[in-house]
Amino acid sequence: MRIDDSTRQDILAAVPGLRAFAISLCGNVDRADDLVQEALLRALANIHSFQPGTNMSAWLFTILRNHFRSEYRKRRREVEDADGHYAESLTSHPEQHGQLELSEFRTALNKLPDEQREALILVGASGFSYEEAAEICGCAIGTVKSRVNRARTRLAELMAIQGVDDFGPDHETRAVLVGTRRG
Amino acid sequence: MNPGKPTGQMSSLADQDDKKKSTKASRLDRGTRAKLGQQLRAMYDEVVSQGVPSRFSELLNGLDNNEGKQNAH
Repeated sequence: MRIDDSTRQDILAAVPGLRAFAISLCGNVDRADDLVQEALLRALANIHSFQPGTNMSAWLFTILRNHFRSEYRKRRREVEDADGHYAESLTSHPEQHGQLELSEFRTALNKLPDEQREALILVGASGFSYEEAAEICGCAIGTVKSRVNRARTRLAELMAIQGVDDFGPDHETRAVLVGTRRG
Repeated sequence: MNPGKPTGQMSSLADQDDKKKSTKASRLDRGTRAKLGQQLRAMYDEVVSQGVPSRFSELLNGLDNNEGKQNAH
């Protein structure tokens, strides 16, 4: 298996985002890292099919997403633990401002259908255009837009922030509303 | 493409397919969308800021050795 240095750098540069995407798909950091590893091995085995000059990151996301759907989806969330292991393994400073909100947000995000969640992450966090997200997901641009819209609406409902200017201080009430488990 | 603000104006061709489905979604106000976007990026960036774990850099750098062996063949 041969890759040149710039290809290697491009792949490495994509890894942090791939992990973040994988975690959002798997809901579990260890499984997400296994998914990233398997996706990278697949990518390397098929590196000849990568078109130089095109978007390496989008190519890798596509491989990871397809691998997830073919292999991981059925295994996913057997040990569903949206607010436990997932949050713990990510949160280095639980007392830090915003961590509680973030934890609620993850819980809400995990309640979205897969298609909506992945569309929202790709467009809203990974920085892909709607066109790129459509290619990664193998669907039409309009479908991505629709999924992103529905994802936002549902999240707003789950976070109970629709029509509210600020998330405000009332975490406990929202935690009850979204059914957040703690401790 | 600016992922931050596409739902406000429903103008492009692609949107037409989804107009019926997304009219409700497009009612989300700007502040709510901004908040959601902030949370989403905060969650994502928390992972991104961890950089490349060694298992992945080793995986990619390990290719050098394999390449050496293959070339020697």
